[in-house]
Amino acid sequence: MSFKLLRQALNGNRPLPRMWREHPLKDRYDVVIIGGGAHGLACAYYLAQEYGITDVAVLEKRYIGSGGSGRNTTIIRSNYLTPEGVNFYDESVKLYEQLSVDLDFNVMFSQRGHLTLAHTDGAVRTMRRRAEVNQIQGVNSRLIWPAEIKQLCPPIDVSDHPRYPILGALYHPPGGIIRHDAVVWGYAHQADTRGVHIHQLTEVTGILVQDGRVTGVETTRGRIKTGMVLNATAGWCTTIADMAGVRLPVTTFPLQACVTEPLKPFLDVIIVSGSLHVYVSQSDRGELVMGAAVDPFASYSMRGSLAFTEGIAGHMLELFPALHHVRILRQWAGLCDMTPDFSPIMGVTPVEGFLVDVGWGTYGFKASPVSGKRMAELIATGRTPDLLHPFRLARFAENDLVGEKGAASVGH
Amino acid sequence: MIQIPCPHCGLRNAQEFRYGGEYNPRPWHPLEAGDAEWTEYVFMRDNQWGVQKEWWFHRAGCQAWFLAERHTKTNEISRTYLWKPET
Repeated sequence: MSFKLLRQALNGNRPLPRMWREHPLKDRYDVVIIGGGAHGLACAYYLAQEYGITDVAVLEKRYIGSGGSGRNTTIIRSNYLTPEGVNFYDESVKLYEQLSVDLDFNVMFSQRGHLTLAHTDGAVRTMRRRAEVNQIQGVNSRLIWPAEIKQLCPPIDVSDHPRYPILGALYHPPGGIIRHDAVVWGYAHQADTRGVHIHQLTEVTGILVQDGRVTGVETTRGRIKTGMVLNATAGWCTTIADMAGVRLPVTTFPLQACVTEPLKPFLDVIIVSGSLHVYVSQSDRGELVMGAAVDPFASYSMRGSLAFTEGIAGHMLELFPALHHVRILRQWAGLCDMTPDFSPIMGVTPVEGFLVDVGWGTYGFKASPVSGKRMAELIATGRTPDLLHPFRLARFAENDLVGEKGAASVGH
Repeated sequence: MIQIPCPHCGLRNAQEFRYGGEYNPRPWHPLEAGDAEWTEYVFMRDNQWGVQKEWWFHRAGCQAWFLAERHTKTNEISRTYLWKPET
């Protein structure tokens, strides 16, 4: 990348070539991926890169990365609670560590350390259990106490003054943040280079199913014949699954986030508090990026609310009293597809050729590489990889849930 | 959404209420319902994009559970009413 920049500097001001191209919509593709976010594009990239399947279309209703991939708070970690979850997200962190090299594009992954605060005895016990589960599986994660928290994060209030004093924290040094747009663009660029067609402003309006098999997709730009469709959408995953006649155990909630005005370097680590429903990190621009729990009722609306701003500001001040004069710069919301066991749904459905990679709730972005890679494996080989087996859609009928309460950093 | 019309108390601040999920009646004959029907009832959801019939609870008011019809994109509530047994 740096050589490219240097060459560009010496070449004068000619614009860089487009990172992905536009193509006419073909009337048939081997694989159609619905949703041009990090998940869909990662799957397209690994299909082309690992399995040589390049006759792939990625259909995106708006522009790529306009959904959850561009709205999350970019935290990446693997200190989950269940062994299935830890295994899965650990592979994701390892793929993210190599991603800048793999994609030849700087995704600015900064592994700065991730602290999940515990404010009650119960939370301390859970953190201890998570640390043990993590260590058994080789994930760097341990329980630390207020003195060490203060050392890692000087501005935090570890006194016994707040309503919820800090008793301890789960410290996960490999946890980090990343530039989420770069991940989307990097995957799009490399997929495009290998022959994948990325169709933006192309909305799916129907899925054609004949005798329990997918035969094609209707879009606003015409009909596509295909035997393999992957639903990699968030927010609209129930709408898309309905088109194929597949029932999903998903409820969509908005989740709001905001950033403050830029500050001098203030916060090195990522601070998360489940009891206070807040997670915060400082971006390279100096803004504090903050997110909360999902909104209190299901909705597809992405409007901000005063209740959220008041709530998060109060909780932030409890952790960082020094921020009392800092203003919020902007606020946004994304859609989270919540499942009953706070785990995603990946794999086959009762309709042959219709796969899902949905239900990503509040933990989708951090799983993009691993879900993309493993879904590509499923599409190419027709066999569900062991890593995806716990997350199959049939687990609900079989009453074999994952129960990942360490999923979102926020309380449930 | 800022205010919700409670069937008893009229328009009140939305923060007084608790959301109870989409209207999803239990299988009418529990002993006869098979696994598929229970799976559908316990886990599967319509997750409607459009007008949804749903439960609300007036937590800081009359303490009543009632039904609302709300558009899930605009959050506009067209109707709220008390549940009545189906005849």
